[in-house]
Amino acid sequence: MGLLDKLDNPYNTDGGIVLGTLEDLLNWGRSKSDWYLQFGLACCAIEFMALNASHFDLMRFGCIPRTSPRQADFIIISGTVTLKMAERITRLYEQMAEPKYVLAMGSCANSGGPYWEHGYHVLKGVDRIIPVDVYVPGCPPRPEAFFEGMVKLQEKISKQKIFEKRARLAEEDAVLKSDNPNESELPAGWEEVKH
Amino acid sequence: MTANKIYEKLKAELGEGIQEFVEMPLSDPFIVVSRDTILEACLVLRDEPEFLFDYMVNLSGVDQKDSFAVVYHLYSIKLNHRVVMKVILTDRESPSVPSVERVWKTANWHERETFDMFGITFDGHPNLIRILTPYDWVGHPLRKDYKTPDFYKGLKVPY
Repeated sequence: MGLLDKLDNPYNTDGGIVLGTLEDLLNWGRSKSDWYLQFGLACCAIEFMALNASHFDLMRFGCIPRTSPRQADFIIISGTVTLKMAERITRLYEQMAEPKYVLAMGSCANSGGPYWEHGYHVLKGVDRIIPVDVYVPGCPPRPEAFFEGMVKLQEKISKQKIFEKRARLAEEDAVLKSDNPNESELPAGWEEVKH
Repeated sequence: MTANKIYEKLKAELGEGIQEFVEMPLSDPFIVVSRDTILEACLVLRDEPEFLFDYMVNLSGVDQKDSFAVVYHLYSIKLNHRVVMKVILTDRESPSVPSVERVWKTANWHERETFDMFGITFDGHPNLIRILTPYDWVGHPLRKDYKTPDFYKGLKVPY
C-alpha cells in the first residue's frame, strides 16, 4: 500500500500530494492508535505490566490504557477466565463501543491452559463468550510474542473494509429477513433505513 | 518447645479431649484433638505464657474418603515454635466443628474457604458464606465425590 508506506516513513520529508482512499486513511489512523482496556486477570497480567513498562514500552504501538470500557478500542484477556469472571468480561465487552477487538493472551484465555481437564471453575477458552481476533500462545507469553500479536491486530484493522462492512451487514439482514419474514417486520410508523 | 512436649502439656491440662500424637515421615508431627475440645485447646495455646501461639498460619480441610479432617497450623512469633492440630470429623453428611474465629481473626476467611471447598460448617462463625466460588454454586469442589457440572449458567464447563 503506497499511501501507508509514505505516511509511515519518517524519513520522507518531501511532502506533496498523496493519493489514496479514505478507507486507507481511516484504517491507518485506527490501527496505529488502539486504546486498550486496562484490565488484568491472572499471572499474564504480571507479564502485561512488564510490557507497559519502559523496557518493552507498549505505548510505541499507540496503545494507551483506558480505565473505562467505553473509551477502549480493544480488550486484552490476560489470564485465566473463571466462570465467575466470565459474566463480568461479557459485561465489559458489551460496554465497549464498536469497532471493538479482543486479544486473548496466554494459554488459559485461549483454551483453558493447565486447567483444561480438572478446572471445574475455569472457562475453557474466552472465545466461548466473546469473539476473539488474535490469539497469543504462551504461559505466559513473552512480551515479544505479545508484540507479534499486536502487529497481527494492527494488520487486521488496517485491512478492514469500512464501507463494505455496511453492505455485508445489510446482506446479513436480508438473509435473516428471508428466513423469518414475520419477525423482522417493523412496527407501524417506522421506516427501514437502507445502508 | 517441641511438638511432643506441647502435646504432653496439653494432655495434662485438657485430658481426654487431646487424643493422640502422630509422627510420620515427610510430615509435621500433629496432635489429634476431639471436636468438642478444639476451641478450648486453641484458647489455651494462644493465652498460656509457655505456648503463646499468636499466629494462625493456616487452617484447611482434608477429605479422607470416610471422614473429613480440619487442620490447624499454628506458630508462635514470640517463642519461635510451631504445632499442627487435626480434628477428625466422622460425620460425612453434615460435618461441623466449632469456629476459632474469635481466637484468631485470620480464621474467618480460612474457615469460609474450607466451608466452600469441603462443606464443613463452622459453628459460631459470623459470616459463613462462600468465598471463592460464586454464591449460587452447587456442591463443594474439593470433596472426593464431587462431580464437575456440565453447565454453569449456560456456559459449558468441560473442555
